[in-house]
Amino acid sequence: MNSISVNPVHTEHHTPLPAHRPLLTPGVWVLLFLMVIGAAFYFYRFIFGLKSVTHLDQQHPWGLWIAVDVATGVALAAGGFTTSALAHIFHREHYHAITRPALLTAMLGYTFVVLGLLADLGRYYNIWHPLWPTMWQGNSVLFEVGICVTIYLNVLYIEFMPIFCERFIGSQRYPRLAQLCGFLYRHLNQVMWLFIIAGVVLSSLHQSSLGNLMVIAPSKMHPLWYTPILSLLFLLSAVMVGFPMVIFESIYASWSLGIKAEVEILGPLSRYIPITAGLYLAFKMGDLVMRNSYVHLWPMDGPVVMFLLEMALPAIALVMLLSNRHRHNARWLFIAALLVVLSVVLNRVNVFLIAYQPPYATKAYVPAFGEFAVTIGLIAALIFCYRVIVNYFPVITHPELSRRS
Amino acid sequence: MSCSRRDVLRSAGVGLVTLTISGHSALASGPAADPGKVNGVLVDITKCIGCRRCEFACQESAGFEVPPIESFEDKSVMTEPRRPSPGSYTIINQYSNPRDPALPVYAKFNCLHCNDPACMSACLVHAFTKQADGAVIYDPWKCMGCRYCMVACPFQIPTYDYENPLTPQVRKCNLCAHRVPNELPVPACVKICPADVMTYGPRHELIQLAHDNIARYPDRYVDQVYGEHEVGGTSWLYIAGQPFDQIGFLNLPPEAPPRLTETIQHGVFKKFVPPLAWFGLLGAIMHLARPATAKESTPGNQP
Repeated sequence: MNSISVNPVHTEHHTPLPAHRPLLTPGVWVLLFLMVIGAAFYFYRFIFGLKSVTHLDQQHPWGLWIAVDVATGVALAAGGFTTSALAHIFHREHYHAITRPALLTAMLGYTFVVLGLLADLGRYYNIWHPLWPTMWQGNSVLFEVGICVTIYLNVLYIEFMPIFCERFIGSQRYPRLAQLCGFLYRHLNQVMWLFIIAGVVLSSLHQSSLGNLMVIAPSKMHPLWYTPILSLLFLLSAVMVGFPMVIFESIYASWSLGIKAEVEILGPLSRYIPITAGLYLAFKMGDLVMRNSYVHLWPMDGPVVMFLLEMALPAIALVMLLSNRHRHNARWLFIAALLVVLSVVLNRVNVFLIAYQPPYATKAYVPAFGEFAVTIGLIAALIFCYRVIVNYFPVITHPELSRRS
Repeated sequence: MSCSRRDVLRSAGVGLVTLTISGHSALASGPAADPGKVNGVLVDITKCIGCRRCEFACQESAGFEVPPIESFEDKSVMTEPRRPSPGSYTIINQYSNPRDPALPVYAKFNCLHCNDPACMSACLVHAFTKQADGAVIYDPWKCMGCRYCMVACPFQIPTYDYENPLTPQVRKCNLCAHRVPNELPVPACVKICPADVMTYGPRHELIQLAHDNIARYPDRYVDQVYGEHEVGGTSWLYIAGQPFDQIGFLNLPPEAPPRLTETIQHGVFKKFVPPLAWFGLLGAIMHLARPATAKESTPGNQP
């Protein structure tokens, strides 16, 4: 399949270490600026209501925040469970170095999904209601999503605990914390396999159920996207986007931290993408044929263009990554990974916004400036948190990172 | 994750069910209320004079501050098709009459109170209930404000208090379920109607009445009772003198949307067997695929 050896390279130099880079770079100032604007609209919404910040109306109950902050956020956090399955369950030891950054992305991703959801919920203070047994509603697809995401978020925090503990084990300044961390670290690692498998099971469940959400509105959905197997397509696209997201984020972080991109790990990892993307595209096209919905590809209007774009991007990435040369060039890898990530972003936006065409709607939904500001602010905050955490906690494994003397 | 009481019952009582009657309706995932027993309202669209008194009565019954009844005689608001709103759970729209252009047709829109409500199936906290009398009611204290009910409703009925920052509610007709017990058990709009457009009663009798009327006056009505079959049937039923899609009604299939989503969901979660099997399979792979060199280290140990 390819000529690259995938021998594990576990040497003394290859342990995860804090990056210890200067924090307030110009890029971080930009992030802080975006965060302040987002925060302003975020808090404005809580004081003056959804109407004051969003363009949601009686025909369009779900907007940018649900499509991007929640649905896309969950999809792009799929790097966590896919890498964890690859490295820990299928024991591809070569990829251990990328499990921690992927785990961090997933943990932050889901945390920000909840923060985004809070802004969208009319009665955000009732967000705990689905956990209360008397209100359980097992027929609701959203209940399944909510419960699984809640449990998975906690599983992610538990999976991240050893990384937190490592930072403080042996700390002279906080002896009590060091002791507690040592205790937690030893015992958590004994049961971690349970949480690793649970993470994969919970992810499979809610990634797919997220697609099942819109199946309840057949008469409102554009026929190109409405299919009873929407949940399967959501699961397959989540699996597809997992590794590209890790590659995208790893190369981006390397460039940002001024270290060499880890092509020796990411290159072999990218071999899986043509397989997962091929599988997803096969199901997507098979579905078009089976339901005869390809007839809606003409006339070529806005939604059709969006659909074709969503299909073309992973196809281009697939072809690009068939080449050994592209797989071992950071720039090409980055572009291919970005194409897959964008295609999944497009797909989620398409399913939740473009495909949702309620018959009584008199005007289209176009997100307000405040909605964009909050979404961009949350993404900026996520990147900022990532940057801070890799700076002070042992997340990144890289030969160029050395222990601070 | 499918921890509804119905499912717990189903798992616990599965032996009992097979011993006694197979397919006991209470244990099967299915429509929320017995469609044979619920009440409903039959609307004869051909009788409506567009006086909008039902809009007045509805707002008054909902406890809103209502403008004087005379202000509802203004028919100019009906030139554009309207939709129910947080301030008015029912509205009358005006449509042209192909038989007599001088006499417009008026159609009333409000929650149809589905037999198998999509809003209720969608809601993750049981904020919607289909009462035995047919009303689909909403409990704001349970609601999280996710508005999935609005996404799910095939008739686009639930509306939302987007302006309210703290206690917004989903707003829709509740068939006057809040009315005081000693009042007549008739929704306010039905009670006030001066043209006898609406009949309140057991749904199966209304269906019979509708078909009788259509059979008796075939020139007056098109041969369709809207709501008899749409999305699994609704408590509100309509008969009209022209095809329903000409007067603002949607062409909807007879399948209730929740049947598909719930079948998928309960299929994936069948007594938790598939998720647990998936867990077991992954556990087995994790154990068996362990490389020989790593056998002594705990799986999941970070390098």
